[in-house]
Amino acid sequence: MLLDLTRPETATRRVEAVPPTAGLPPAAADRGIAVTVQGLAKRFGEASVLEGLDLYLPAGGFTAVVGRSGCGKSTLLRLILGLETPSAGRIRLDDAEAARRRARPRRIMFQEPRLLPWARVLDNVAVGLTGQGTRAERRARAAAALEEVGLSGKAGAWPATLSGGQRQRVALARALVSRPGLMALDEPLGALDALTRIGMQDLIERIWQAQRFTALLVTHDVGEAVALADRILVLDAGRVALDLKVDVPRPRRRGDPRLAALEGRILEYLLGGKAA
Amino acid sequence: MTERLDTLTSRTVARLTPWLLPALILGGWQAAVSFGLVSNRFMPAPLDVARAGIEAARSGELWTNLGVSTLRALAGFAIGGGIGFALGLANGLSPRSERLTDTSVQMVRNIPHLSLIPLVILWFGIGEEAKLFLVALGVFFPIYANTLHGIRSVDPTLVEMGRVYGMTNSELFRRVVLPGALPSIFVGLRYGLGIMWLTLIVAETISASSGLGYMAMQAREFMLVDVVVLAILIYAALGKLADALTRGLERVCLAWNPAYRTV
Repeated sequence: MLLDLTRPETATRRVEAVPPTAGLPPAAADRGIAVTVQGLAKRFGEASVLEGLDLYLPAGGFTAVVGRSGCGKSTLLRLILGLETPSAGRIRLDDAEAARRRARPRRIMFQEPRLLPWARVLDNVAVGLTGQGTRAERRARAAAALEEVGLSGKAGAWPATLSGGQRQRVALARALVSRPGLMALDEPLGALDALTRIGMQDLIERIWQAQRFTALLVTHDVGEAVALADRILVLDAGRVALDLKVDVPRPRRRGDPRLAALEGRILEYLLGGKAA
Repeated sequence: MTERLDTLTSRTVARLTPWLLPALILGGWQAAVSFGLVSNRFMPAPLDVARAGIEAARSGELWTNLGVSTLRALAGFAIGGGIGFALGLANGLSPRSERLTDTSVQMVRNIPHLSLIPLVILWFGIGEEAKLFLVALGVFFPIYANTLHGIRSVDPTLVEMGRVYGMTNSELFRRVVLPGALPSIFVGLRYGLGIMWLTLIVAETISASSGLGYMAMQAREFMLVDVVVLAILIYAALGKLADALTRGLERVCLAWNPAYRTV
């Protein structure tokens, strides 16, 4: 919300700067980028990581990918982000208007915060606006993004003085500040303690609901996937083994029996029961 | 109130502690000479050295020689350090450049640069070029090696992050690679400064017609032990000064790094 207010009020943008009303279904064309994956394959030398994967991520959806280590889930995410080149197949990013794609970048949150240790927190967030606007504009928008993740007070601090959870929140602000159309989350909470992780999950859900970017979360924490996503893909041996909808309304209560049942079903599959 | 006074005194004590040992040595030395334990023909007392210093300062001889030496040191450092830094950057950033030059540099590095003195005297005589050449050569290697190592050890995950966020190559260099290499570059700077004085002193002692090393050699001819010791003490002070300047620079440039923030 806050970011909307600080966006430069140019004539073309004023039309789309109407904030989405919370509670309404995602205004897909306005916010997220839809992703279409066809026959995607990735090989590293002899080893085949993904084989003929087909996938459609609707704009504004929250999809989680789970699977055992080495099932290719991180590779899938890196391919969609353009960090790796596919061995075969195509990845298409659809925006309502192709011309606006640059204004709705793809962003990724890594497992490590990857902050520049020599830049203060505010400047680290401003890295998310590289190549956009003047320095003053970048800093103003970075300050707003910091406020959104609840770290306004740390704008002038060095990253080394922050806790692990705070650093990951700065990384989240950096990814959010450019109003991404697609946000990839590569086990972003894996290194945090349990309580901090729950706080971060709530924060990510809240911001996603406000901004309606397309979210793609890779995680090995099935509970986290079930709590956040509206669709869960279980990847096994380079293919989508399970494609499950999470039909539980938000806000979701931790310990909801429907979530627990779903989590149990996925875990059973992953642990070798295959009885899905 | 008393508490604040306590921290104040403890801070003063902490600041003076490093000077305790030098002060004790000076005192012991003065006492040893004064009580005739050491002949002042071989080792003048600190007070005699101080007197020689004042005399040399008053005649202007000290300042001329100090100025000449400092100028030589800095010029040689700028040349050798500049080339080393540039080549270190080039080889750290471009594998092709590294393949072309690194092996040669490593071979030359194993030659002690002071062993070139006879050759350098043949080439340049005892003029300024000889000193500049030796200082530049000596300073080149530590700066080169540490710049290269610094760039190599930049966290690749940060470089990937920079690319994901659309940094151009020059932005990536300015905002990620160079700051990441800086701690290592500073290590090179400190080594380089040490080698700078060492080389210059040796070069001036062997072949020069001005400078601190020349002053010390002249004094030896006339058995002026106090001037010889004075020159040695000035070297110690200059080395300490260079080190303190680098430390100050580190504290400003590396303030983000917890390892440098203390004190």
